[in-house]
Amino acid sequence: MKKVVKIYKPTEEETELPVVDGVKCGFPSPAEDFSDMRLNITREIVKNPASTFYARVSGNSMINDGIGDGDILVVDKSVDPYDGCIAICYVDGEFTLKRVERHNDHLMLIPANKAYKPIHITEDNHFTIWGVVRYVIKKL
Amino acid sequence: MYALADCNNFFVSCERVFNPGLNGRPVIVLSNNDGCAVSRSNEAKALGITMGVPLFKIRDIVEKYNVAVFSSNFALYGDMSGRIHQTLRQLAPAIEIYSIDEAFLDLRGLEQTDLDAFAKKASAMCFKNTGIPVSVGVAPTKTLAKIASKYCKKRPELQGGYFLHQKEDIREILKTVPVEDIWGIGRRYSQKLHTYGVHTAADFVSLPPEWVQKQMSINGLRTQNELKGESCIDFLGIVPPKKQICVSRSFAREMYDTGKISEQVSLFTSMVCEKLRRQKSACHQVIVFLLTNRFKEESPQQYESRMFTFPVAASSTLEINRVVLKELSFLYRKGYGYKKAGVILTGIIPEDAVQLNLYDNLDRVKQSRLMKVMDQLNERIGHGTLAVATESREGIKMNRQRLSPQYTTKWTDIPVVKSSR
Repeated sequence: MKKVVKIYKPTEEETELPVVDGVKCGFPSPAEDFSDMRLNITREIVKNPASTFYARVSGNSMINDGIGDGDILVVDKSVDPYDGCIAICYVDGEFTLKRVERHNDHLMLIPANKAYKPIHITEDNHFTIWGVVRYVIKKL
Repeated sequence: MYALADCNNFFVSCERVFNPGLNGRPVIVLSNNDGCAVSRSNEAKALGITMGVPLFKIRDIVEKYNVAVFSSNFALYGDMSGRIHQTLRQLAPAIEIYSIDEAFLDLRGLEQTDLDAFAKKASAMCFKNTGIPVSVGVAPTKTLAKIASKYCKKRPELQGGYFLHQKEDIREILKTVPVEDIWGIGRRYSQKLHTYGVHTAADFVSLPPEWVQKQMSINGLRTQNELKGESCIDFLGIVPPKKQICVSRSFAREMYDTGKISEQVSLFTSMVCEKLRRQKSACHQVIVFLLTNRFKEESPQQYESRMFTFPVAASSTLEINRVVLKELSFLYRKGYGYKKAGVILTGIIPEDAVQLNLYDNLDRVKQSRLMKVMDQLNERIGHGTLAVATESREGIKMNRQRLSPQYTTKWTDIPVVKSSR
C-alpha cells in the first residue's frame, strides 16, 4: 500500500517574543511591592463564607433601622443571636425580618416602622431564628 | 483515627434549609428528569417510599400523604456541599471528599483529644453554618467510621457524633449491621454471603481470612481487616485525576431530528472537554453513544456506541467536537426515537505528558491558548458565553417541573424575607 507523507513548511506568521521582566532601564516602580492590595468588598463583609447567605427584603417594616424594600441582606448563620440583633426569623410558616428582644419568658419581634406592631413570641409559636443580619446592601 | 461526616437525607435537607415549613413533613427529591426518588426525608421513608422508586409507582402515596416533591436542584446542593466541606476543613488537618454528601477526615495526630466531643462539635458546626444535619462517626478505620456515622444517624441522643473505638462496642454494633450495609461489599457479594449464612458484619468478621480472600479477592480481605480495626484503606487527600470522564443525559422526551440531537451531543462534548481541561488532562479516545427508549418496546431499538482514537492526545473542544459529530452521524438512524446520549473521554493522560506526533497538522499551542480564553470567559461570565457553533444554546432539555429556586447561586433567586407584617 502506498503511504502519503505530508511535509509541512514552517508558517510565516509573526512570532511573539516573551518580554523579560527583569531587564528594564527606568527607575523601578516604587508601587511594585504594594500590588495585590486592591480592596475587595466581599472579603470585608463576608467573614465566614461557609455560613453567609444573601436574602432580599420585601416590605418596609424595618425602614427606620435603614432597611427598606428591595435591599439585600448579608446573613451569617454562624453568629449566635443576641439581645437586640436584627435577624431573619421564621414565624408560623414564613420568613420575617425583625429586631429580636429578649424578655423574661418571651421574645419580642420589634419592627422599625410605626405602622407595624411588635410580635409577641411564646413557646406556642413555631419560631426559629434563621440567621443574624450583618450588613445591608442598598442601591441609592 | 478517621471520621466520616455524612449529611442526613442531603438533598431533602437542602430544600428544608430554605423552606423550614417542610420540617416534619414527608419530602422527596427526584432524579434528573423527575424520574425516581433519590433523597427521602425520614417521614417519607416511614411511608415506605424506597430509594430509587419511580415517581409513577408512588403517585397514590404522594397524593394521600401530601408528600412534598422536588426536582433535583444541583446548583443548590453543590453549593451547600461546598459549605459543609469548608466547615470541615477548619476542623481537621485533611479531608477527603468522598461524594456530594460525604467526606472523610484524617484525624491522625488528634488521638489525644476527646474524639467523641470532636464528632459532636463537627456535627454542631456544620448545622450552625448551613442548617444541614450531619452525622459524624469517628473510628480507627474508614469502614468502621462509616458504620459509626450510620449508627448515630438513628440515635438523636448522640447529638450527631459518635466515637466508636472500644472493642466491646465494636463487637456489639457489628452484630446489628447487615452485610449489605458494609462499605465495600456490593450487592453480588452480599447475596453470596447470605447463602453461606453470613448475615451480619459480626458473622463476616468471624470468617476465616483465607476463605474471604479466596471468595472475595484482596478487597474483601481488606474490608474484613478494616472491620477488625486495622486500617487498610488509604486516605486520599488529593483526588487523583479521573481515568474516564463522561457527560450523558436522558432527554425529556424522545428525539428524532438529527440536527437537534447533534446540538445536544455537541453541548455534552463541550461540557466533558471543559472537565478534562479543568483537571489538566488530555485524552486519547472519545466514545459517543446513542440509546433509544428501552421502555417503549414497540418502537425500533438501538443501543450503540462508536470510539475514535486520536493520533495525538486531544483536549480542544473544537478538535474533539469535530470527531464526535462525525461519529454521531454514523450512529444516527432516521425514524428512531433517541432517549439518551453521551460522550465519554478515556485514555486520559496529564496534559504535560502529551506525546507529539511528527505529522501532526494542528497548531496545538494556538488551540490550547484559545481553549484557555474560552474556559476563562465561561467561568467568569457564565457557561456558554463562548461556545462551539454546533452546540445547543438552550442548554440541556430536562424535565424539572418541581425545581426550587437557586437560593445561593443566582441573584434573582435569593430568598425573599417579608418585612410587611
